[in-house]
Amino acid sequence: MTTLAQVQFHERSGDSCIARNDFCPGWIVDHFDRYTDPLLQHIFLTVTAVACGFAIAFVLALVARRRHWLNGPILGVTGVLYTLPSLAVFFLLLPITGRGNTTALIALTAYTLQIIFRNIVTGLENVPAEARDAGIGMGLTDRQLLWRVELPLALPDVIAGLRIATTTTVGLATLAVFAGAGGLGEQIVTGSNITFKTGVVAAGGLAVLLALALDMVLLGVQRVLTPWRRARPA
Amino acid sequence: MMHLPLAFLSDFGDAIDFILHTREAQTGTVQVGGLAEVLDFTWEHIKVSGAAIGVACAFAVPVGLVLGHAGKGELLAISISNVGRAVPSLALIAFFVAYLGVGFTNVTLALVLLAIPPILTNTYVGVRQVDPDVIDAARGMGLSPGEVVRRIELPLALPSIFGGIRTSAVNVVATATIAPLAGVLTLGDFILSANVYGQDGRLAGAIVVALLALFVELAFATLQRVVTPRGLTLRDP
Repeated sequence: MTTLAQVQFHERSGDSCIARNDFCPGWIVDHFDRYTDPLLQHIFLTVTAVACGFAIAFVLALVARRRHWLNGPILGVTGVLYTLPSLAVFFLLLPITGRGNTTALIALTAYTLQIIFRNIVTGLENVPAEARDAGIGMGLTDRQLLWRVELPLALPDVIAGLRIATTTTVGLATLAVFAGAGGLGEQIVTGSNITFKTGVVAAGGLAVLLALALDMVLLGVQRVLTPWRRARPA
Repeated sequence: MMHLPLAFLSDFGDAIDFILHTREAQTGTVQVGGLAEVLDFTWEHIKVSGAAIGVACAFAVPVGLVLGHAGKGELLAISISNVGRAVPSLALIAFFVAYLGVGFTNVTLALVLLAIPPILTNTYVGVRQVDPDVIDAARGMGLSPGEVVRRIELPLALPSIFGGIRTSAVNVVATATIAPLAGVLTLGDFILSANVYGQDGRLAGAIVVALLALFVELAFATLQRVVTPRGLTLRDP
């Protein structure tokens, strides 16, 4: 692939930048199409893993809210999942789930659980007792209290957890290529890509930009969902 | 369907056999696997990770202490963690390979960059969280600024600092798994060079790396408890 690209580049402009293996921004612009599919796959892996992680962690947090004694065991188990290196998990899962998206997504999802769970629990704990009392005084049922008072007030903590989980997952998803699930890592480790200066910067840079972009999206979601935090007298 | 669970259990059995006994490599002629080789790679893994953590601590802890004491550079100390998280460890290693070349020193340097942000941020936050009344009291007793840092802020920030070191250590041990891409033969070589070690070797590598990461996490969690000043644990509800 790299050689092919070099030939095309030479024919087009005659520059020997790529041949000398320097950093060539022009080449990235000309060959951006080769990063489109890995980028889309990377987004798919990240968003799916964080969404699954959020769904599981949310249920776990609601369970722990009712049964406080479960908090410790859940933190313990998700802590182990968080500690296990993703690369090791990919290959531990291989005999069971095989190569591909499933294996990559299980490993990435498992990694996010601790971060998201911890932030939801913290968010719920940080709800002021007065707000809860006022809700109870207004006659809210436990379920209404959760959805109308506690969760909206916990939202900034929850989003903070999602932001950390998302940024981390973008980074870890570069390793998904070892699980046979592609992503931007493919453009770093396949063949002799790792010594191809321009390619390494392009793939790594795209991952960083993706992390920042998804972070901005989550920040935007928070602003939209918590309008009361913006309503400050100027 | 009955033999399915059995099948993957035997994969794990074969992997454990790879850890315990040497065998002929996939490529023939040489012997691979066995405890001696596993320990060799484990030692290399620990060496490169330890060197990186050591250098990162030597840099990030003093800088964090000074910034925290002066109350300056908050934006830098906090946002370096966020930026650090956004840079994929694979891209970092690849960047060093492409621009500086392979080898122990370069891998260590890449891992140092990976390890600095959590330690720096946690040191800074740990110092800033020290009760201002305690520092006032220390000044009132005639402690110099240097003594305030060494005898008040550092001990009280230790749990937070070790929390940062723990995060970094686990992260570095995980990332050292891809060090063979940069020519340093850590445990990751079993995983990345399946053409030499075979499927059993790859699974064996994954098992040993996972155990090593859990061990490091446990060791640093214990260390974090040990360095927590008794006064801090007493105050906790």
